[in-house]
Amino acid sequence: MKKLIIVLTVLVSSITFAQNKNEKASLEVDGVCLMCKSRIEKACFNTKGVKSAVWDVKTHELKLIYDARKTNLKTIQNSVVAVGHDTKGLKATDKAYETVHPCCKYRDTDVKDDHKEDDSHDH
Amino acid sequence: MKKKNISYILFLLPFILLSQEKITGMIMEANEKNEHIGLAGANVYWLNTSIGTVTDMDGKFSLAYSKENTKLVVSYVGFKTDTLTLTQPKMVHHWLQPTDNLNAVTVTSRKQTTAKSYLQATNTFTVSSDELLKAACCNLSESFETNPSIDVNFADAVTGTRQIKMLGLTSPYILIATENIPSIRGASQAYGLSFIPGTWVESIQITKGAGSVVNGYESIAGQINAELVKPSMDDRLYVNLYGATSERLELNTHINTKVTDKWDTGLYIHGNTHNGEHDVNDDGFLDMPKFNQINLMNRWQYTNAEKGVLSFINLKFLNDEKQTGELDFNPKTDKLTTNAWGSEIDTRRFEVSAKLGYVNPEIPWQSVSVQTAFSSHKQESYFGLKQYDILHNSLYSNVIYNSIISDSRHKVKTGLSYTYDHYDELVNTTDYKRNENSIGAFFEYNFDNLNNLNLTAGLRVDHHNLLGTFVTPRINARYTPWEKSALRASIGRGKRSANIFAENQNIFSTSRAINILDSTGKIYGLDPEIAWNYGVSYLQGFNLFGRKADVTVDYYITDFTNQVVVDYENPQEVNFYNLDGKSFANSFQTEVNYNAFEQFDLRLAYKYYEVKTEYNSGKLEKPLTPKHRFFANASYEIHKGDNSIANWKFDTTFNWLGEQRFSSTATNPIPYQLPEKTPKLATLNAQITKVFSPKFEVYLGGENITNVRQSNPILAADDPFGSNFDTNFVYGPIFGSMYYAGLRYKIK
Repeated sequence: MKKLIIVLTVLVSSITFAQNKNEKASLEVDGVCLMCKSRIEKACFNTKGVKSAVWDVKTHELKLIYDARKTNLKTIQNSVVAVGHDTKGLKATDKAYETVHPCCKYRDTDVKDDHKEDDSHDH
Repeated sequence: MKKKNISYILFLLPFILLSQEKITGMIMEANEKNEHIGLAGANVYWLNTSIGTVTDMDGKFSLAYSKENTKLVVSYVGFKTDTLTLTQPKMVHHWLQPTDNLNAVTVTSRKQTTAKSYLQATNTFTVSSDELLKAACCNLSESFETNPSIDVNFADAVTGTRQIKMLGLTSPYILIATENIPSIRGASQAYGLSFIPGTWVESIQITKGAGSVVNGYESIAGQINAELVKPSMDDRLYVNLYGATSERLELNTHINTKVTDKWDTGLYIHGNTHNGEHDVNDDGFLDMPKFNQINLMNRWQYTNAEKGVLSFINLKFLNDEKQTGELDFNPKTDKLTTNAWGSEIDTRRFEVSAKLGYVNPEIPWQSVSVQTAFSSHKQESYFGLKQYDILHNSLYSNVIYNSIISDSRHKVKTGLSYTYDHYDELVNTTDYKRNENSIGAFFEYNFDNLNNLNLTAGLRVDHHNLLGTFVTPRINARYTPWEKSALRASIGRGKRSANIFAENQNIFSTSRAINILDSTGKIYGLDPEIAWNYGVSYLQGFNLFGRKADVTVDYYITDFTNQVVVDYENPQEVNFYNLDGKSFANSFQTEVNYNAFEQFDLRLAYKYYEVKTEYNSGKLEKPLTPKHRFFANASYEIHKGDNSIANWKFDTTFNWLGEQRFSSTATNPIPYQLPEKTPKLATLNAQITKVFSPKFEVYLGGENITNVRQSNPILAADDPFGSNFDTNFVYGPIFGSMYYAGLRYKIK
């Protein structure tokens, strides 16, 4: 009986750990400007269960907080890729990449250089 | 036995998983384009430990993370060593600065001194301390000179105070807060702006129209919030010395020190004195009061980034003494006599305020903040034969909880506030005493679709012992139809009890009889003031000849449901009564900002006001409020060769005011009658700053350079105890032009 309780508590604690409702994750996502930022973040929010998504223009880091019972990192990553942004380890299809605004073509070196000078690019 | 082992493993597994958290990242060489040029072989280690690693060929690394270690040191020969603070395992991208290249890297980009947001829901703009330096002065009431949204008016010919207006309404209708704690209200309404030294101010946020419900229900025309300098950010030593041709002298000193790694403290000392006697218009009266002001603040800041705690504790003391009136008035012998007309206003104020903010480090959208402030304000004064003393003790507290609904596009704020005000007023021989207290709850919802829409809807319910139980709704929205634009709309309600004497102290410097015509209300016999404010604004940024420009157009309507009317239309009386009929203030403003060429900024604004009230004698324009105003400001900087710091700064402001209505003087004897309208008026201010080094600069400036003067600011100055004496007909400068010089010295 005692052992059963231990096993149960362990299982419960493992389950709650695995299904954290405020799971945190960090991801590298390619992009160049504030327009990319809003596209990336919106894609995340369109995945049910994402509570917070903040993408940093400079570091390209996407900080996520999501409900692990409702979604997982893979799903979120897929949503980001679906709107045309490469993540580390997952490349957006050419078709998806084509849909981003011409000024956000982050794979293009010229576009990249354009954005380097102006950090507060806000169109 | 075996079973037991398994259960142990199961038991330990979650902990092992937790302790296996890692930090991964990339260390790169700093370059202008922030390209990912990895640094191979850089050292990455936890401060004061032997836990560390070396970056690989691409500059990447991976390091075990534990809660005990939060300072990550990154070093590489030939580069500056950096220490990063990490409170959670995350990805680190860090660029190291080469040591030999340090000066070249510190290219400071020029920031706008007044910033308008394209994203916020409210029509708010932020005035930085750099903008405040453009007109080197002195206290908050003088710091709006370069700003077209706030009008600085001449209050009366005696006290020399400046009054500010927004949307055509005077400061009692604006909620003025210091660090979001309502600070200039009640007894400090008349002179409070001159009690906040300009150098203490880090930035000012000006919100037109209905603002947030978080700071209370009292704001009607808008909100002004002054953020004070923070001990941890401010210079270790700052000295500002100012002297003017009017014989005004001012000294500001800031001393900031770090006490421990979490505590910072600052001591701020302000002294302000003017003892010159001036009477350029030969009316026998001082053109500006003689005064001495001492203002002290001790500020404590506690920062604990790991735990997400930030706290401020402020202690303030103010002593302000003013003397004004006829040149030969001697307070020792002539106080409250008819020997000569004179006035003294002595104020003492203590303030203690504390703020505590907590942000959940695990869940960044969850935060709680508690604000509380106590102030005791005592003014003793007399104006000729009239006496006015006021004591105002006030307690304010506010608790705000921030969170989200479903995801961070839906933010909510909710909380409780409590205020207590004790007033003890002596007007001549009548004692007015009252206690006011209110308790309220608020809820504010903000939606941001991360693209073109941002909406804030707030509601608060308050119970006030004299105003009753009432609801304050406010909505602000921003919509972006196309690039670089912001279309805003707002609607909101405000309610307040008018402190008729404290707000209108200029009534004492007249021979007018003071009458309160209503008696059924709970505040001096009068009812609370209630107004609705509606506004729209449109901001568009664009490029003109390849340079940045923006244009703003806004229109606001303030519609009073009830107002305490201050009626000067009979020159022998001033009457206070509840509004019967309509009272409104319509305001139109258009403003253009243009960066015409390198380091040259131009700001032009035109304003149209229609402010009308139903007086007992009919519907009239509000006295001394110009219908048309024009404003222009130009600033230019000459930079040194390397473009890093400005060498010379030039700033000039032009103000043009259209005709203003005088309240009626028709029943006065002919020599004491005034025309219906004031003449048109234009003033020009300018300032030059020479920057010698980041530590030291000198400025020289002039106010009212064209020497415009109102020749007869005091009616019946020859007979101050007669029935026609009045100091309220002031529409322009009295003293004429004034020049000043000063220096600023700072050690970082």
